[in-house]
Amino acid sequence: MDSQLGLIEQSFNNRYTLWVHEALDELPDSFTITDPSISGHPIVFASRGFLKMSGFSRAEIIGRNGRMFQGPRTNRRTIMEIREAIREERPIEVNLLNYKKDGTPFWMLFKMSLVFGKEDGRATHFVAVQVPIVSRKHMRNSGMSYSEDGGGSRLREIVFGSCRREVCSDSLLDLDRVLALDSDDTGLEIEDSCEASDLEKRKAATAIDNILSVLTHYSQLTGRLVCGKRCSLPGMGFISSSLYISLGRIKQSFVLIDPHLPDMPMVYASDAFLKLTGYDRNEVVGQNCRFLNGVDTDTTVLYQIKESIQTEQACTVRILNYRKDKSSFWNLLHISPIRNASGKIAYFAAVHTEEGCRNQDRHGLSLEMRQLSAIGAIKVAVRSLSMGAGPSKS
Amino acid sequence: MMLRIKRVPTVVSNYQKEETEEAAAAARRVSGCGRNCLNKCCIQGAKLPLYAFKRVNKFKTEMGVHGHEVREPEPPVAFLDSLVLGEWEDRVQRGLFRYDVTACETRVIPGQYGFIAQLNEGRHLKKRPTEFRVDKVLQPFDGNKFNFTKVGQEEVLFQFEASEDGEVQFHPSAPIDVENSPSVVAINVSPIEYGHVLLIPRVLECLPQRIDRDSFLLALYMAAEAGNPYFRLGYNSLGAFATINHLHFQAYYMALPFPIEKAPTKKIISTGSGVKISELLNYPVRGLVFEGGNSLEDLSNTVSDACICLQENNIPYNVLIADCGKRIFLLPQCYAEKQALGEVSSELLDTQVNPAVWEISGHMVLKRKKDYEEASEENAWRLLAEVSLSEERYQEVNALIFEAIARGDDANGGVAESVIGEADAKPKSGGEVDAINKNSCPAMVSGTPECLVLHSGSRYCGLMIRYCFYKLASAMTY
Repeated sequence: MDSQLGLIEQSFNNRYTLWVHEALDELPDSFTITDPSISGHPIVFASRGFLKMSGFSRAEIIGRNGRMFQGPRTNRRTIMEIREAIREERPIEVNLLNYKKDGTPFWMLFKMSLVFGKEDGRATHFVAVQVPIVSRKHMRNSGMSYSEDGGGSRLREIVFGSCRREVCSDSLLDLDRVLALDSDDTGLEIEDSCEASDLEKRKAATAIDNILSVLTHYSQLTGRLVCGKRCSLPGMGFISSSLYISLGRIKQSFVLIDPHLPDMPMVYASDAFLKLTGYDRNEVVGQNCRFLNGVDTDTTVLYQIKESIQTEQACTVRILNYRKDKSSFWNLLHISPIRNASGKIAYFAAVHTEEGCRNQDRHGLSLEMRQLSAIGAIKVAVRSLSMGAGPSKS
Repeated sequence: MMLRIKRVPTVVSNYQKEETEEAAAAARRVSGCGRNCLNKCCIQGAKLPLYAFKRVNKFKTEMGVHGHEVREPEPPVAFLDSLVLGEWEDRVQRGLFRYDVTACETRVIPGQYGFIAQLNEGRHLKKRPTEFRVDKVLQPFDGNKFNFTKVGQEEVLFQFEASEDGEVQFHPSAPIDVENSPSVVAINVSPIEYGHVLLIPRVLECLPQRIDRDSFLLALYMAAEAGNPYFRLGYNSLGAFATINHLHFQAYYMALPFPIEKAPTKKIISTGSGVKISELLNYPVRGLVFEGGNSLEDLSNTVSDACICLQENNIPYNVLIADCGKRIFLLPQCYAEKQALGEVSSELLDTQVNPAVWEISGHMVLKRKKDYEEASEENAWRLLAEVSLSEERYQEVNALIFEAIARGDDANGGVAESVIGEADAKPKSGGEVDAINKNSCPAMVSGTPECLVLHSGSRYCGLMIRYCFYKLASAMTY
């Protein structure tokens, strides 16, 4: 967990410098910033306003995913909408029910926007602003309000008018209670849906603008510029943030190779791969895998790999590979073609397992099964994510 | 008059033969079939991986009592998920599938909902159409026809059972307990997406295709265990394009939202056990959405009761289990009946799309290139609109469903009413509950013609009143 926190701090500061924290802390609004390129799509910054609103401390939030604030009454369809907006890399504004640290649910306007790298056009961060909804304008989802306005009583009149005229007023009150049985099981009167007012929406929009201008300003100091809109089209070998998020869930050591680019470079390397080989991400992405080979690597095995790739077949080989510190290890390497939604090969996935390390995880999936499951997960991610229109161009 | 349609049955196992061959083989009564099936001839001594899931109230553990449990930032691929993916990929590499589904072109059709169209020419290649009876949702199991005891053991990925001790257990090679038939997960050799599997509850008991409370709960547990909102389960009743009359659910991975999941919904009521029932709005097929529930069992029982009601009223239907078992769609349909009566246009029939659960959810598998290239949201909508029950029929069916759910809710007892104002209260003794609720609805007396026929059961009463008000309110808004 520590290494992840270190990663988070490092990546945030590299782009915006240390001083951005202070500047962001000056903003009164409640907001969080997440990083899709880190495994787990974690929160990398939470404002003072957010901590106050939610009741959590910074330490309890940084490194966690935003779903930690959801609960049983959070609308599942709204959760899906947010997930899809993240996947399609587009902004979204929804009314959302979240839960504080003490378990109380509350409605808020959730407005999410993106920050793009100016040069490479990639989505670098997601910014989410939360404006609590305090307006009295709430309606039960069934379209009937039982509270102050006259709609309910009119309805009751009509029903009982056509029904039994002898019904006394007592029973109307009791009927109210029966009808109120929709309230949730914690006994709290929380509405099924909620609408933010225009004032609240304006507040959210202003907050987003402020945050973006802080981030833009501080990114200029490091030269790794960002902007609120995608300024350039992502280049070749582009891995969308949604693919990053999906691949980040796969815990095995693996890389993705793009066979369409010259010299077939690696376009993605998992955290486990970096740990296994001792390299940093920026040292390996964009390079061909041959840097893993060394003096004693069997060339016939290399030939076997090359042939499998050319014939678009999967293969498993045992190959001697070398880490950054020059130490060697036997690698049980499994390579498989990965097709995208067009049915054509988009990548080759190479999954590595160091021979001799603990053969089974605590549940008992065999080594081979774990490699295959990584391949399966990669296939699903690449295929599904290429079915749609892809990341929005705005 | 028996209603029948002709269509090409999907081949789900490499051992599934043409109907005539199947009958001939049965007639010959060949013992020791000479291969690796699940029948008495081959099952002795057979071993399969076994995944034992934790029988726990998933909803509660997520939230904890007073706040949030410490959880990992983003859960890695769940164990069951890895198992399904790994075993499936293993069978891919062993060449057990009839074609490579990842080589089938698929795209999202531009439009409001994003229907998904796939060009799959290999799924029904070289198969002759067979006759299917479509007017009986409940039909007895026929051992002479193809069923899942005839699949090869290599097509079975693992056994799926509840764990004895409340912890997830995995045994890479466990014997099959023939006395207590296990439930198994097998591959579909004609997949429509990666990871397409079949969940067969208590396979050796040879249950016909009909939902019961236990089997539905098993399916929900699988969805919850996999923990992946893109791994959904589906069910087709007979008459709603189930191919095989042997109880099974299907599942596969699609990391995109289904159009049906995007459709807006309007809440109808919440049941006494906390299950929220809504109706689908602005979607070509009319249906209900079930969510929530105080426990997975409560949600499962409510939906099962609805399905059982439809079965017993001979109404064909499909079920989609989505969002890790948290959202369940129930869709009664009548396309097969229309087809048998010659009421479907030849244009639609020519596409040979059989609107089962996946198609209704918005995933269209097309056999002809022309249909794939011309696929549009209007076409998809038009086809699915034919599947839907009419508004009047749908309302009639809903009334039946709500009655059945209310009866089931009442019979359960369980969690006390909110009228009492406690969360998680233990069920009160029968006398107390009745006393309280007699006061709540003095106007409701059973037998009066003006009001609904209501029994003295409190929760039944409450639920039907709320349903009644919902209908009235809806009528008033038009």
